[in-house]
Amino acid sequence: MTEYNFAYLDEQTKRMIRRAILKGLAIPGYQVPFASREMPMPYGWGTGGVQVSAAVLTPEDRFKVIDQGADDTTNAVSIRSFFERTAGVATTTTTSEASVIQTRHRVPEEALTEDQILVYQVPIPEPLRFLEPRESETRKMHSLEEYGLMHVKLYEDIARHGHIATSYAYPVKVEGRYVMDPSPIPKFDNPKLGNMPAIQLFGAGREQRIYALPPYTQVVSLDFEDHPFEASKADHSCGLCGATDSYLDEVITDDQGGRMFVCSDTDYCEGRRAAGFFGEMSAENPSAPTMTTQRNLEFQT
Amino acid sequence: MSADLSPLLSVKGISKYYGAHIGCADVSFDLYPGEVMGIVGESGSGKSTLLNCMAGHLAPDAGEVVFDTRADGPKDTVTMSEPERRMLGRTDWAFVHQHARDGLRMGVSAGGNVGERLMAVGERHYGDIRGKATDWLGRVEIDADRIDDRPTTFSGGMQQRLQIARNLVTGPRLVFMDEPTGGLDVSVQARLLDLLRGLVRDMGLSAIIVTHDLAVVRLLADRLMVMKSGRVVESGLTDQVLDDPQHAYSQLLVSSVLQV
Repeated sequence: MTEYNFAYLDEQTKRMIRRAILKGLAIPGYQVPFASREMPMPYGWGTGGVQVSAAVLTPEDRFKVIDQGADDTTNAVSIRSFFERTAGVATTTTTSEASVIQTRHRVPEEALTEDQILVYQVPIPEPLRFLEPRESETRKMHSLEEYGLMHVKLYEDIARHGHIATSYAYPVKVEGRYVMDPSPIPKFDNPKLGNMPAIQLFGAGREQRIYALPPYTQVVSLDFEDHPFEASKADHSCGLCGATDSYLDEVITDDQGGRMFVCSDTDYCEGRRAAGFFGEMSAENPSAPTMTTQRNLEFQT
Repeated sequence: MSADLSPLLSVKGISKYYGAHIGCADVSFDLYPGEVMGIVGESGSGKSTLLNCMAGHLAPDAGEVVFDTRADGPKDTVTMSEPERRMLGRTDWAFVHQHARDGLRMGVSAGGNVGERLMAVGERHYGDIRGKATDWLGRVEIDADRIDDRPTTFSGGMQQRLQIARNLVTGPRLVFMDEPTGGLDVSVQARLLDLLRGLVRDMGLSAIIVTHDLAVVRLLADRLMVMKSGRVVESGLTDQVLDDPQHAYSQLLVSSVLQV
């Protein structure tokens, strides 16, 4: 494409974003304001992530986009084709082959390496937002390290539900300093944030903030001594690949109460199936009733 | 008054101007540990401005507020760094607002409200926090089974008592109160005053109470300052000032109270 500059944004804009990224990397967990641009997609669809990706992409990169772990959902497909058209970079769905991965609400199951960059789409970067509505006050709280309020939220969870019911966007403390919103990833993914070899960048387009975790950063999920943090997931194995260690989506299969649990990371699931693993509802499993036969059985009884 | 002779709080020449207007001018006094100081005056006399200057909510244009800190001894809180001042604000100081809504988090349960200061100073054990919150709700006469209710479901008097519990849970040494009984009906006021008097005596608190209600200072305050147009016109022992007012304005104030 000759109509667009490489990766859509002009060079000055990318330079401005790179400065914000570098500042973010220098102060892990600190929200760096940046002059977010209008992107050809609505806010909430990853405008922040797209701008960060545009700023870090080089022509040699191989790009992967996941949306809730999946490579084939609308958001992932359209952002991938956006960069195919505007940057002409190679794309992939395989986690290990990608050098830049833009993600919405998941961290890939496969461990990332030092050669990779993980870009998160962030809707609300301020972890204290719903507790303290004033931006001037939350900034002051960050600068003075006044994070008692964050625990008030967790206290309320336990008081109301008997356990910490926050299951996504679970607040973390970075290098013992800044409290950070890890974007709405399930808390199952929180332990992967800490000590990760890959660079992690967080872009919030509407809120005009960029923050970052350099490689091998200490990230601790907040908790109480008598109610420790727990990385939870559905207590099942993947119906297609049989994985017990991956984060699962619950899929409703019919209106008779039928449901199955499948890996939310589609690349991970496909990789396992290609390697010969199968789950109890997979077509390769000879003992598994297929969905149609199951329905027939129900008719007969 | 305790045997400790150094003042807990020493205010020297505090002035605050709003443009050409005087908020309060050249106010000085010492507050000793365990002492309760009342500040009375009509609306607009600069009581609240003075209180906010002392509590660090407003920056005074002149003067010093020297507080006897636990760690470093007497320190001027006007010139100390903001993190230090805010730390004081949630440990050794407490501020009771006139409207409980200003001092409470209305979207957070009563227990969470009381526990916030504990968590702000690093308490990280849920059971302990809840235990202390329950204890404090009991001390301000709120049923323990209301601990998970939001303050929006509380009556005005309960909200005010909850605000007091929330402020006193970290064991402060100095409490600033801005019209603590304002907006409450008389029987609730009486109960709240009774409670406050008990807490102040039991915990050996020092307090500065701003009010326009002379009955409140009669009951709670050891000493009294009368303010008019931003200046202190008379000060002394409470009974002395109320029973034998010297300044014309103090006389007016005392004689304005309806005798039932």
